[in-house]
Amino acid sequence: MQAITAFTPALLLLAAPSHLLTLSGVDLAIIVLYFFSVLGIGFYLKKYTKTGEDFFLAGREMTAWVAGLSFLAANLGSLELMGWAGATYQYGILAAHWYWIGAVPAMLFLAIVMIPFYYISKTHSVPGYLKLRYGEPSRLLSAVSFGFMTVLMSGINMYSMALVLKVFLGWDIYFSIWVSSITVALYVGLGGLLSAIFNEVLQFMLIWLGAMLVSIIGLIEAGGWSGMVARIHANFPSQNYTHMWSTLGSFTDNPMGINWVGIVFGLGAVISMGYWTTDFLVVQRVIAAKDLRSAKLAPIIGAAFKMAVPFIVILPGLLGLALLDKPGVHVLVPESQAAATGMHSYNEVLPLMMQRYLGPGLLGLGVTALIAGFMSGMAGNVSAFATVWTYDIYRAVFRKEAPDQHYVTVGRWCTILGVLVSIGTAYLVMSFKSIMDYVQALFSFFIAPLFATVLLGMLWKRTTPAGGFWGLLAGTTSSICMWAWVKLDPTAIRYIALSPYAKDMAENMFRALWSCIICAVVTVVLSLLTRPKPENELAGLVYGCTEIPSEGYLKIYQRPIFWAGVVSGVFVILQIIFW
Amino acid sequence: MHRPGMLSIWFFIGLLLLAYGILILGAGIHDLLSPPEHPVVLAELHAGIWWGGLLIAMGVFYTLRFRPGRSN
Repeated sequence: MQAITAFTPALLLLAAPSHLLTLSGVDLAIIVLYFFSVLGIGFYLKKYTKTGEDFFLAGREMTAWVAGLSFLAANLGSLELMGWAGATYQYGILAAHWYWIGAVPAMLFLAIVMIPFYYISKTHSVPGYLKLRYGEPSRLLSAVSFGFMTVLMSGINMYSMALVLKVFLGWDIYFSIWVSSITVALYVGLGGLLSAIFNEVLQFMLIWLGAMLVSIIGLIEAGGWSGMVARIHANFPSQNYTHMWSTLGSFTDNPMGINWVGIVFGLGAVISMGYWTTDFLVVQRVIAAKDLRSAKLAPIIGAAFKMAVPFIVILPGLLGLALLDKPGVHVLVPESQAAATGMHSYNEVLPLMMQRYLGPGLLGLGVTALIAGFMSGMAGNVSAFATVWTYDIYRAVFRKEAPDQHYVTVGRWCTILGVLVSIGTAYLVMSFKSIMDYVQALFSFFIAPLFATVLLGMLWKRTTPAGGFWGLLAGTTSSICMWAWVKLDPTAIRYIALSPYAKDMAENMFRALWSCIICAVVTVVLSLLTRPKPENELAGLVYGCTEIPSEGYLKIYQRPIFWAGVVSGVFVILQIIFW
Repeated sequence: MHRPGMLSIWFFIGLLLLAYGILILGAGIHDLLSPPEHPVVLAELHAGIWWGGLLIAMGVFYTLRFRPGRSN
């Protein structure tokens, strides 16, 4: 959910006069080897990518493990690692909510409740499901907004990556943009989703193996978890950086300026549900699974690993508070202050911890982890864009009937086009840096209402095409209006977030909550006033009209519901431990 | 993935981890024999040596377990 990361890489450039990290020959060899590997996989898989099903859905042959790791890796990309490590340094362990309540319940809900409908309907995409359920207008609205936003986000991520490489390694910004984008264009263009997924699994492994060592050595230096907590409390006795729920009673009790209602309902029930269950970037990986059981297991496997991601993202931020800071003094400062003073910013905490612990070779692996994260996110955006453009826009509007091979060719060209538009966006952002704030906000406009539209469509057979379309439009429009209202009059946040003490993060959560509610209300009211589809047209699409295929006789530990229960249990225990 | 002749992704991962392990272990041994002028914090742990060893072990496991021609 990069859309709500408080990371402004543009300011990094102003903040850092020279690069932070110096790479040795071994480090460079590791990075170069990584680029050759991802390209090699793309070239190798081209011969296995012949049909549309191969190119856009990886032949629907992925095992649960491959689909699950790819599902998670597509999200681990972008600014995730550095942005949330920085957010943790700023807000403490509260940032872990984005990995736990902000992800795990939604992933399990996707696995158990929604996947059967996506999978049985044999849709190619989420907009494709909307076409089947609500008709062409809803599909086009969703496809155009998704395609537009996805490719813009891809460009922003590309720009951010290039900026990070420039600041931390001193690499030329244009060199980074072109090398990374040509690499992604080649391996996704050649092997389609199959290549994207294969590389995402590889990238997933590298992200873990490259980033984990910082946390391990950091904990050794801090004297374990209890030693780290003691140091943080000694440094900042009046602040609470190590509890997740006990400070959420009111907006003023925590540095994030949010309360439990915003976290539970805004983040957990709307934004997270919207992102993990309807954003095609991640859903595409799951519907590429080889059978329904694998498709259900994939998000559960993803959820299990998602719960562990704080170990490599949140922990470095906490270690920064414990080991970099001095009593009562934050060594790292907000980006705006860093730009003015030349100090290091919050968002540099992860590279600083890498610099602290990683010697030759290990540093190369750590930097490769960052690059792998950026590239997996970019490839996820580009492959999802190519699918939605080809199937939901090009085939729906421009050429309805064509041979399968024609759509594969269009998909390959769309991949190139998507990357080129991304590069254009990256250059645009270089000139108008404030675009980043707007586009990240725009991206969130579509996610929250779409969740209400898809969920009502799946669970309530009375929902009508008119209700679905106008509900989605009303939810999106209301979200844009709320955002513009607060932009024009910042005091309006008291109405959106229900408190004058609320901060930006709370506004995001509550705006999502309201837009989802507005979408649901409009959809329900209009559905009750219009004529529903006959039940025979809803088979395979709606609960109550769909026969879910039996999983057959499976031992208890082979059943998705069992593992969903295990993950839920661990999730609850983690909330109690870090309460 | 069960296509005839197609290599498993885990085989590729094994090869890459093996190569990384050799490079990192080699750099770790080099640092052990001739310590750098400005060592990292906790350099005495020699993280490069045991992390490189771990990568080699993982690389060997995945490469052999998913090598071409072996039924997985």
